[in-house]
Amino acid sequence: MTGAPAGARPRAGEDGFEIPGRGRGLLDVLQRRYLLRLLVRKELRVRYQGSALGLLWSYVKPAVQFCVFFFALGVFLKVGQDVENFAVYLFAGIVVINYFSETFGNATRAVVGNAPLVKKIYLPRELFPVASAWVAAVHFLPQFVVLLIGTLIAGWRPTLGQLAGGALGFAIIVVLAVGLGLLFGAINVLYRDFENIVDLLLLVVTWTSPVLYTWVHVRDAIRRAELPDWLLTVYQLNPVTSAVELFHYGFWYGATTKPYELPPNLLWNGLLSLGIAVAVLVLGQFTFRRLEGRFAQEL
Amino acid sequence: MSSTRRTSTTIAVQSVSKRFVLRHDRSLKNLAVSAFRGKDLGNSFLALDDVGFEVGEGEAVALLGLNGSGKSTLLKLISGVMSPDAGQVLLRGRIAGLIEVGAGFHPDLTGRENVYLNGAILGMDEATIKQRFDQIVAFSEIERFIDTEVKFYSSGMFLRLAFAVAVHTDPEIFLIDEILAVGDAPFQQKCLGRIRELREEGRTLVIVSHDLDMVSTLCSRGVVLEQGRLVADEDIHAAVGRLR
Repeated sequence: MTGAPAGARPRAGEDGFEIPGRGRGLLDVLQRRYLLRLLVRKELRVRYQGSALGLLWSYVKPAVQFCVFFFALGVFLKVGQDVENFAVYLFAGIVVINYFSETFGNATRAVVGNAPLVKKIYLPRELFPVASAWVAAVHFLPQFVVLLIGTLIAGWRPTLGQLAGGALGFAIIVVLAVGLGLLFGAINVLYRDFENIVDLLLLVVTWTSPVLYTWVHVRDAIRRAELPDWLLTVYQLNPVTSAVELFHYGFWYGATTKPYELPPNLLWNGLLSLGIAVAVLVLGQFTFRRLEGRFAQEL
Repeated sequence: MSSTRRTSTTIAVQSVSKRFVLRHDRSLKNLAVSAFRGKDLGNSFLALDDVGFEVGEGEAVALLGLNGSGKSTLLKLISGVMSPDAGQVLLRGRIAGLIEVGAGFHPDLTGRENVYLNGAILGMDEATIKQRFDQIVAFSEIERFIDTEVKFYSSGMFLRLAFAVAVHTDPEIFLIDEILAVGDAPFQQKCLGRIRELREEGRTLVIVSHDLDMVSTLCSRGVVLEQGRLVADEDIHAAVGRLR
């Protein structure tokens, strides 16, 4: 049609020619922070549209959850009797699990939920799972403030190391939740089964980490059953477990007066967990980019 | 010769093919059946078959064809929403795809919030949107309702605002799918005027439309598709003549 010699055809990367729809993944999200902010604001606006309590609802849910666990476990089953300030211990774990569940669950649905946009305009699609993580962070913040007030009342006097531990815990949970969200969010476009699979995983995740009990129970159970000790390490290498334990260390341990045995290798397991979470993020991003080309036609 | 032509190319569509799967049933039963029988190719159809052409800077090109000829698919490939199965599309410059006017609008947000959100989706930064906000609203002529939620808008108001945002973005390449489903006759004239302005500013336009009269006044060149194949790439009047 054009009669141009083959050698004169434009090529990708030459003369400023680029292939449309081929972004740089999460790096593009960094560049489009303004759009990200608007998407997060939209999400929050839409969620609390026409609701009288609005953002206050993000207090109500954890408050009810906390009361149920506190009375059922702490008061009736007496799980927390050997744990000083069990309420603070419990809540420190719950806020981590809540953040993880909300980010992971919503990120998994994020691409499908934004189908009209994904189908019609090219955007870095990673924006949607990342926006879910930000929305969850907005809900996390007031819970975290409540945790800080609670632990201060309980006599919390943290060391710098403990604060750094808490920060490491939060980093683990963010990276892990975004990574899993990217992974499952992309697969969910092709197989909607994954929404249900993720719901199942989230049902289990509260119990596979020491939120409602302490790690000592797990160690004792392993010893009683005469199972090998490395099983405890496996248990601890679950990044969610690491994050929960680091939160205990950061925001509860400083409020204890009686001696409490910290889980072994807390720091190393934390760093290893961060490594695992980063690996999950890389895998999630990789899978997301592999499947991204099919999003528009599958939705 | 070829080097001068090449530097002015902004869109290069190179032997692009796109195949769609017709049935999307992924139940376990169906997966088992298809694994047992091998891949069922009868299930797919070729929406675009080895299509190639180039668009020069500042050119206005119409994609013409009957329903189902692959025009919108081609536009989606150019915008990057979909990627081709074979061949490739290359672009130079920022692109705005009006694949569907108002795609990024959310019914629960106000007109104002939607202008900002959609502007950002179409690639504008905060300062640019702020600076053009009044212009956008004035263009849409719905000043009174700008702080009302979009779900209460009439369809005409909705399209006016969406179109106003889209034509105030600042890309080098515009992809426009069926623009003149927009609003009443006076507003259509206004939109056409704005599109002519964009063309005169030297922006590249690729327009999909069934309105042959409108297309022949806006574009200089027509690319005609038939069942996914490119059948003609010629002067707009000759191209339009094929479809009449």
